[in-house]
Amino acid sequence: MKAYINSLCAISPANTFAGDFSLVAENYPNDYLTCVEPDYKEIINPNLIRRMGRVIKMGVAASLKCLKDIELANPDAIITGTSLGCIEDTEKFLNQIVINKEQFLAPTSFIQSTHNTIAGQIALLLKCNSYNYAYVHRSFSFENALLDTLMMLTEQPNHKILLGGVDEITQVSYTIMQRLGIYKSVKDASTELFRHKTEGSIAGEGSTFFVMSNTADKAFACVQGVKTFYKPTDDIEAQNNILSFLSEHGLSAQEVDAVIMGYSGDSRYDSVYDSITEAVFPHNNILYYKHLSGDYFTSSAFAMWAGAQLIKTQTLPEAMHYRFVSAKALKNILIYNQYKNSEHSLILLSAC
Amino acid sequence: MQPLFKYILMNEKVFIAGIGIVSAIGFTVEETLQSLRAGRHGVGSITHLETTLKEQIPAAQIKKTNNELKHMLGLENNEPITRTSLFGMLAAREALTNSGIDIGKYRCGIVSATSVGGMDLSEHFYDDFNADRAQGDLLYVKGHDCAESTERIANFLGIKDFMATISTACSSSANSIMFGSRLIKNNVVDMVLAGGTDSLTRFTMNGFNTLMILDKEHCKPFDAKRVGLNMGEGSGFVLLVSEKIVSEIHKNPLAEVKGYGNANDAYHQTASSPDGQGAYLAMTTALAMSGLHPEDIDYINVHGTGTSNNDLSEGIAMQRIFGDKVPLFSSTKPFTGHTLGAAGGIEAVLSVLAIQHNLVYPNLNFSEQIPELNISPVTHLIENVNVRNVLSNSFGFGGNNSTLILSDC
Repeated sequence: MKAYINSLCAISPANTFAGDFSLVAENYPNDYLTCVEPDYKEIINPNLIRRMGRVIKMGVAASLKCLKDIELANPDAIITGTSLGCIEDTEKFLNQIVINKEQFLAPTSFIQSTHNTIAGQIALLLKCNSYNYAYVHRSFSFENALLDTLMMLTEQPNHKILLGGVDEITQVSYTIMQRLGIYKSVKDASTELFRHKTEGSIAGEGSTFFVMSNTADKAFACVQGVKTFYKPTDDIEAQNNILSFLSEHGLSAQEVDAVIMGYSGDSRYDSVYDSITEAVFPHNNILYYKHLSGDYFTSSAFAMWAGAQLIKTQTLPEAMHYRFVSAKALKNILIYNQYKNSEHSLILLSAC
Repeated sequence: MQPLFKYILMNEKVFIAGIGIVSAIGFTVEETLQSLRAGRHGVGSITHLETTLKEQIPAAQIKKTNNELKHMLGLENNEPITRTSLFGMLAAREALTNSGIDIGKYRCGIVSATSVGGMDLSEHFYDDFNADRAQGDLLYVKGHDCAESTERIANFLGIKDFMATISTACSSSANSIMFGSRLIKNNVVDMVLAGGTDSLTRFTMNGFNTLMILDKEHCKPFDAKRVGLNMGEGSGFVLLVSEKIVSEIHKNPLAEVKGYGNANDAYHQTASSPDGQGAYLAMTTALAMSGLHPEDIDYINVHGTGTSNNDLSEGIAMQRIFGDKVPLFSSTKPFTGHTLGAAGGIEAVLSVLAIQHNLVYPNLNFSEQIPELNISPVTHLIENVNVRNVLSNSFGFGGNNSTLILSDC
């Protein structure tokens, strides 16, 4: 099972919407990274924008750009990953219930609170009757959506599939996750995140979409495969999972030209990446990205966007260097991400 | 008939080797079957949820507290566990036990589904948090997300090889059975525990109430005078297995997953289209995949919520496909209530039981045909009828429409 990335678009804190690959985290008014959002009026019918929550606008805008770039009017499937879905609308409705004591509630935020609202709104705008899914399993959300895509392209070789990973952050969700010890406050992510070895990662958000198919022509990169694994009993099990995934695709660790790892600045879990680097990738280029995107459950979609850009442009931008070893032709890139050493995922990209 | 596309029929077949269910009409498969046979429904006044709506609106609640549910699971600790997780653990455990398969020998995954996740506990947290952002017991919110219940079930049963959670509103767990089946066909795993779980919450009760689609009496799907739905809660799981496993366990599976289809109505965020296009495409896609003809379907377990809009749209889609030969059909939601993200899993279990026991369930409270339609549901329990192929519909917000076709084997 493999597929080609024919089009891509990321709305992220690194100002990536227009497609340039400068990679600067530039928007952090609070203690977390928020997206540099495009002017939605240019992209979405203004009458519809008014009623859309922010995460829906981000999802719809990135999707429409992705489709427009390759002049695809109607995809054969819309498959999304979003761990927390439309939190802003969920909070709004919950607030009304608590404050108004279950009286005089307005339905708008309720009907937009379901996790498949983003995928559903895209279908509605495109009048697209195709297969429409929303995967919502923490940091497996995007990976499950990607696996579905790869399986469908085996089942339906001519399909063109819109695939995306979307999550938003709100002041409330940040506050709760910060109290839970998941996030910390970081004022300047790009320089400060890894300086202090402390608990908690930097919160972020993003909307990243792709058009995937079996067509290699003009593709950005090829997705060779995706694999998830859950709660490895020790580092050895994680290492073995990675090595067997590579060998299933006919690769040794040395043949991976760069590994994009999900370093998040959380001292409790970044050690997992250190251990994998030491045991499996001692001589490989190690890249990181969460100081650009922030840490969120579907951030691996951003990593896949970045990986595809690296292969297309054949560059290793300094902003992503965690451990730069050597400049070389970028043929194979592995993305390795994990959340709290619980959900681990691997995505293998290659040049077409 | 125009399906969305024809699934390439990969050789691998997928079977159901075990079922588990918990809802307002029973804590086990056996209890559920007894209730269905006796015509005993689960809709009544709300006793296990603090809501101002409880005086006015009935629901199909599971009459046990969270502590009692924990006791049933042998979990004797004080940690708050969401009701959604507890239902899921009960139903999933039964599905595994029911199959008699030693999962340790195979690559086993779980695909679960939920619409509200841990909202039942988050609501407690939010009451305090809303007044002061430093307040609110964090133990009540850390299980808010949809994956929480899935990981609880997986940890409880020792499932580790694959894991996913789907949330597409009220079609969620039909979609988890569909994805689970495809995982087996694509040789990602050998077996998948697939289904879903949801609990009643103030959030969803009030949400549907603001849409003015809750019936203040016992709901009457497909009736001319239907006014809305009754909410429910519970969980339904099936154990999906590959052909290879069936050949190794020397035991007949309960049913085969013969077809499935998902389509989007692309009409409105909450309302169904007048011509039932999404429902039509989901059903025709599933039929095309199954290789069955419309006349081979013996029973349709309809989505049939009891809202004016759903039942008319679904009925029109059925008439478009089956013409004047619409099979026997009924909504089982007057028994279980509408269990949202769990509905597809619960109704898949009921569909398997219909095949196993040659039953067609009554659509309670029906008395008068919808004037725009020329079809009526089954009103009395039918026994000793040959039920070989069942079509089960689940439709949700966001225009998400799914159909499963389950068959005898």
